[in-house]
Amino acid sequence: MESVGNIIMYFVIALSIIVFSVLTVTTRKILRSATYLLFVLFATAALYFQMDYPFLGAVQIAVYAGGIVVLFVFSILLTQRPGDDAAQLISTRRWLGAVAAIAGVGVTGYALFSYAKFCGKQLPAMGDIDMATLGHFLLSTDKWGYLLPFEAVSVLLLACIIGGVVIARRR
Amino acid sequence: MNLTLLMYLIPSLIMFGCGVYGFLTRKNMIAIMISLELMLNSIDINFVVFNRYLFPGQMEGMFFTLFAIAIAAAETALALAIIINVFRIAKDVDINKINKLKF
Repeated sequence: MESVGNIIMYFVIALSIIVFSVLTVTTRKILRSATYLLFVLFATAALYFQMDYPFLGAVQIAVYAGGIVVLFVFSILLTQRPGDDAAQLISTRRWLGAVAAIAGVGVTGYALFSYAKFCGKQLPAMGDIDMATLGHFLLSTDKWGYLLPFEAVSVLLLACIIGGVVIARRR
Repeated sequence: MNLTLLMYLIPSLIMFGCGVYGFLTRKNMIAIMISLELMLNSIDINFVVFNRYLFPGQMEGMFFTLFAIAIAAAETALALAIIINVFRIAKDVDINKINKLKF
């Protein structure tokens, strides 16, 4: 049995995720779409906090809500004239997209609900993950260590920086 | 009332469906990137929720989400740089008008 506050919090998070992600893909103004994406990302961060992963929630807010949405807003303002609507979609493509999305959601939802009896258990208890253990896992080469992916991501970020400089350089 | 695994997977599933819809129907390249972010984000939720419910003491799903967030950020930054460069050359970000590489 969960506490009442937890259940209320779950419904707030789930409703805002559903409503704002539908609004993100249906709104006509692209800047509003980016704003609704920001709300979806905040709701996801709240979900991580509720799942007892505070570090992950902080990373989500800092990287997604703080970095990526700002990038989106900047590039929208650079490429869009103000007050510009997204052009009217061709109806066949809209129906195609709706059919593909609804079919995918339907098949996956059917699979989920047919295995619902395995998903019935409530949230198991878990101790807090402090930063020290997290850092040890991230920089160890033992069985559950993640040093190699960590270094691979740092090389990827370096490649991304060089690529960004090369692409954005004015010729 | 219990908060079960299923109740966290449903918002994630709907988020992924919205991402697929937007990815297929939007014509602005930045709007397509926004839909892609929705899909990536729903996958991150799945990793975290499965890790929390099925293997609460371990941290595999959490680390996968951490690396997925880092890679998604790098990919988005690079994609937006490319989009702005395309806009500088073609004066448009509509995918139906940028078709020189298509034929």
